[in-house]
Amino acid sequence: MSGQSVYIIADNVFAPLGKTTAENFANLKQNLSGVKQHQHSTQAYFAALFDDDSFADDPNYTKFESLAIVSINEALNQSGLDLSDEKTVLIISSTKGNVSLLETGKNTPELQQRIALSASAKLIAEHFGFVNEPVIISNACVSGVMAIIAGMRLIKSGQYENAVIVGADVISEFVLSGFRSFQALSPEVCRPFDKSRDGLNLGEGAGTIILSSNQEYSGNIKVLGGGISNDANHISGPSRTGKELAYAIEQSLKDANLSAGDIDFISAHGTATVYNDEMEANAISLSGLESVPLNSLKGYYGHTLGAAGLIESIISLQSMKEDIFFPTPGFEEQGVTRPVNVSAQPVRLSAKNILKTASGFGGCNAAVVFGK
Amino acid sequence: MDERHFTTLSAEKYITSSCAISKGVVLKDGERLFENDGANAAAFMVSVYQHFQVSYPKFYKMDNLGKLGLLTSEILLKNSFNKEQYQPEKVGLVLANKNSSLDDDIKYWDSVKDIASPSLFVYTLPNIVIGEICIRNGFKGEHAFYIQQNFDADFIANQVNYLVDNDILDACICGWADFLEQEYKAVFFLVEKKTNGSSVVFSSGNMNNVFNK
Repeated sequence: MSGQSVYIIADNVFAPLGKTTAENFANLKQNLSGVKQHQHSTQAYFAALFDDDSFADDPNYTKFESLAIVSINEALNQSGLDLSDEKTVLIISSTKGNVSLLETGKNTPELQQRIALSASAKLIAEHFGFVNEPVIISNACVSGVMAIIAGMRLIKSGQYENAVIVGADVISEFVLSGFRSFQALSPEVCRPFDKSRDGLNLGEGAGTIILSSNQEYSGNIKVLGGGISNDANHISGPSRTGKELAYAIEQSLKDANLSAGDIDFISAHGTATVYNDEMEANAISLSGLESVPLNSLKGYYGHTLGAAGLIESIISLQSMKEDIFFPTPGFEEQGVTRPVNVSAQPVRLSAKNILKTASGFGGCNAAVVFGK
Repeated sequence: MDERHFTTLSAEKYITSSCAISKGVVLKDGERLFENDGANAAAFMVSVYQHFQVSYPKFYKMDNLGKLGLLTSEILLKNSFNKEQYQPEKVGLVLANKNSSLDDDIKYWDSVKDIASPSLFVYTLPNIVIGEICIRNGFKGEHAFYIQQNFDADFIANQVNYLVDNDILDACICGWADFLEQEYKAVFFLVEKKTNGSSVVFSSGNMNNVFNK
């Protein structure tokens, strides 16, 4: 739809690789990665995890909440937004929030209340003084992209002028054991789209994007359009054809008033599981985007779940500003049936429009287009 | 002002069916169709499945939230929805709840003490119930799962209005599905751009009337 233009006015990535977008970007330019080997009981695994001393120890907040707060705080400081204003909404994206409290606490009604994402949202909103009820999205690994689309629409439709969108997830034993039980974890650093890919790495982190319709920012990069679809095929395996992700991509292009030829770069989901990357490559080809350069940042950040859509979008937005897109660590030899243009080296590129995709459990797919 | 302008352009939408399941009672369009207040929550789900002669063996593999949502959607759509009138990509869902997938999270975490169960882990996301309903009906359109302290009918109505008014969806199931231990409540609304005998205008007020019944 037409309506207000939606500008990106501030952002933050708070991850093991850096505490600000700039710090992350500088480390990526050095080809540093947050993914390291860790040990859990007898098993080694690779993941991007915070050191124990990464967070201020505030007993009022859990690690998940602290993570969201530090990320929002840094982005807000750049934006100078007045939060007492009713025109601003907070959107929170997370898959598992405070679930780690189950690992140490007794299952009581009080603990159940504390785990609820709405309890975290209330604490985070009160910390900053947001006056509106926060919006919380928990829709598996597309949550972050969905949150950006939701924010764009709330502004386009005139309901709000500004949206502060945060995605955060922490990796605790609950999540680690689950992905391990699924045999979804690679024993090494993950290799998206590569022939020898054998699973994902988990990661923790937060990302915040602040959107605004304020014309003061009319020179900034915009959120142009979004699309969401469901595979209606399997709850834990992706579509066999990729047609449904392709539909979400087409919807996002239509929403942006663009065609496939207008997309200069793709930030793929690229988890490095056998089936995700195969499906995603199919979808990209079906959308006529097979020759567009793409990367997966999972080898730098791991799969950060509800934060992934935000962190990976923000890094790609910074790439648009600096004309340098990062490679896909671990990718050497094309390992999907329908080849796509995976970047193995940094790409110098002045991109006008980029696409971000995501897919997840429950058969969900999402795509968002950003443009100058 | 934009909002007002937006509303005047919007298509008329109606709630063509509603289904509520909570506290041992199943209501469709406000009418009490089934009651079994003696059963515990899990057994109640099975009794609803049997009473309405749902034939979908995958039901038994689902977690409680999946079962609750699947049953609510089955009863919502039965004799009320003509799937053939819609493209699969034009039917979607907007759902919310309070406790996410906590009912299954607790069960999964209990399993970890012995051997972590992948079949419990897969349900540790609230949107899996949407996936189940999409698989059952072949719905491929836009969907979203929101977490809310209480059912926020205004927010849900705004989301659905956006999707239908912008031609993203032609039909949408929206509402609430929450399950935690012995407490459960689902209230679904079928929203279409047409009327039928029992339909009411789609609005947050009309959703709240059903939700609070």
